[in-house]
Amino acid sequence: MSDTALQAAPATKARGYWATVGRRILRDKVSVVCAVVLLIIFISALIAPWLGLADPYQGSMIRRLRHIGTPGYPLGTDELGRDMLARLVYGGRLSLVIGILPVILAFCVGTSLGLVAGYVGGRVNTAIMRTVDVFYAFPSVLLAIAISGALGAGITNSIVALTIVFVPQISRVAESVTTGVRHMDFVEAARASGAGPFTIMRVHMLGNVLGPIFVYATSLVSVSMILAAGLSFLGLGTKPPEPEWGLMLNTLRTAIYVNPWVAALPGAMIFMVSICFNLLSDGMRSAMDIRN
Amino acid sequence: MRATFSHKGRRKIKVSLVLAYIARRIVYVIPIVASVALVCFLLVHITPGDPLVAVLPADASEELAAQLRAAYGFDRPLPVQFGLWLWRAIHGDLGNSIATGRPVLSEVMRAVGNTVTLAVAAAMIGFTLGLLFGLIAGYFRESWVDKVATSFAIAGVSVPHYWLGMLLVIIFSVELNWLPAVGAGPGGSGAWGWDWEHLRYLVLPAITTSVIPMGIVTRTVRALTGDILSQDFVEALRAKGLRERGVFRHVVKNAAPTALAVMGLQLGYMLGGSILIETVFSWPGSGFLLNSAIFQRDLPLLQGTILVLALFFVFLNLLVDIAQAAIDPRIKRG
Repeated sequence: MSDTALQAAPATKARGYWATVGRRILRDKVSVVCAVVLLIIFISALIAPWLGLADPYQGSMIRRLRHIGTPGYPLGTDELGRDMLARLVYGGRLSLVIGILPVILAFCVGTSLGLVAGYVGGRVNTAIMRTVDVFYAFPSVLLAIAISGALGAGITNSIVALTIVFVPQISRVAESVTTGVRHMDFVEAARASGAGPFTIMRVHMLGNVLGPIFVYATSLVSVSMILAAGLSFLGLGTKPPEPEWGLMLNTLRTAIYVNPWVAALPGAMIFMVSICFNLLSDGMRSAMDIRN
Repeated sequence: MRATFSHKGRRKIKVSLVLAYIARRIVYVIPIVASVALVCFLLVHITPGDPLVAVLPADASEELAAQLRAAYGFDRPLPVQFGLWLWRAIHGDLGNSIATGRPVLSEVMRAVGNTVTLAVAAAMIGFTLGLLFGLIAGYFRESWVDKVATSFAIAGVSVPHYWLGMLLVIIFSVELNWLPAVGAGPGGSGAWGWDWEHLRYLVLPAITTSVIPMGIVTRTVRALTGDILSQDFVEALRAKGLRERGVFRHVVKNAAPTALAVMGLQLGYMLGGSILIETVFSWPGSGFLLNSAIFQRDLPLLQGTILVLALFFVFLNLLVDIAQAAIDPRIKRG
């Protein structure tokens, strides 16, 4: 008995922090369901051309605005007679890219800025954080619309606008986490052993600050999806005839008196992705909080 | 010497600390306002192409373009333009709208009035529900009420609100025909009144606007209530024999400063971020104005609307900070 107990002990001990977090997430049913739903949407968007769907660009004047459940058109057709199912699946491609890419870009830029500000401190910190404060003086929706409105419509411009909106938010979190870690013993030890500032930031601090920043960033994806589709909805993002959920919602608005439920479908997709990201982010946050 | 240690003396010190914090906070607003103005000014200059594109006929001669550029002051160096623009803005002159020729400030202020109406109505709905859900959920953690309230909250922060607006229009205007789908009343944008004839137009946009603050206030208050209830002093209160109603009062008092700050911020977001909802409902507020300014490339109007909205937001934040410091003197942020 005691033999097996002794042998088993190192195996449990070897499980690291991230493995524990992973196990905790897998045990959380809500997180697993959300992850599966997101994966299905991602993968079907990715392999859309091989799914045997109708052509998302091919319209027809005689079969416009068919209802949900029409034979051959399971989710009906849009205002130009294009198959809704195909457009929703294909729409995932652009919608997900313009919704997620700004957060990834802002994660890279914001983490670097916050890390430098938090580690170097002093005037550098003041310069970076005061600049960040200026962008905090704008409500995020207003800032996103102001920038992309000034830059003009287009996918790139809307990604740039949203990135600018999220960089200050991520830098603030990164700065406060970094400031918390900066005076820990292992950082002092690294400095005492002669490590340069870049080595310390990259090797010793990045690993410790990345987790909280990452969780914060995932909670932004939901906002970003809503805002990115919102910009397209206003006509500031994607241009027709590209299938994209926000733009589809906009063009179908004229059809709400004829075929209201088909018109509402693209919004349901945005809602589904956004709520899954939110729940997944909540699940990750509580999984990473090992103390509880 | 002794007087300093009396209760009154300590109170005085506390009050002066709060006043010093407030003074510091007010001084700190000045550079923020200046930078906000700079960002609004620069927005026009990151625009590709000529800022005169909206007024200039396509076949305009180079001479006419130069004349107009001089008339609008676009031919001077940027810092000079900024100085002049700022100077006029301080005196309440934000220029004239290129599309209508009317002063930007009066256009913006009229629209902001409608946005404030909408935001206040939405705040009443969202904050009431948020506080209610948050307190109940925090009090009965892990119960079914908590689960229902938390689901409402997460749906509120995840729903694309412009889509929710469309759904409400589909249900209440298209299918049931109970409420109007768009507009701000029978008299058009200018004639708002506080009677049912006008209020019916407010119902759907206000509900739509209220879901995000509802969700965020619920989540904040739930977390606060849970934290406070798990603290030692609550146990002490209960041990002392205080009834649940008395404990509840302590919870509310301790949660108030943070909840207030969150609600203030949310009110600011509703004022500044109303463009999507106002577009869905054709509500003649500042967001609707911003939308038309963008699509008519009316740059003075765009600049002015953003500046006014951002300043509203900055001053609302200032007010929230001051109110927070006044009710909770522990807060002395740098």
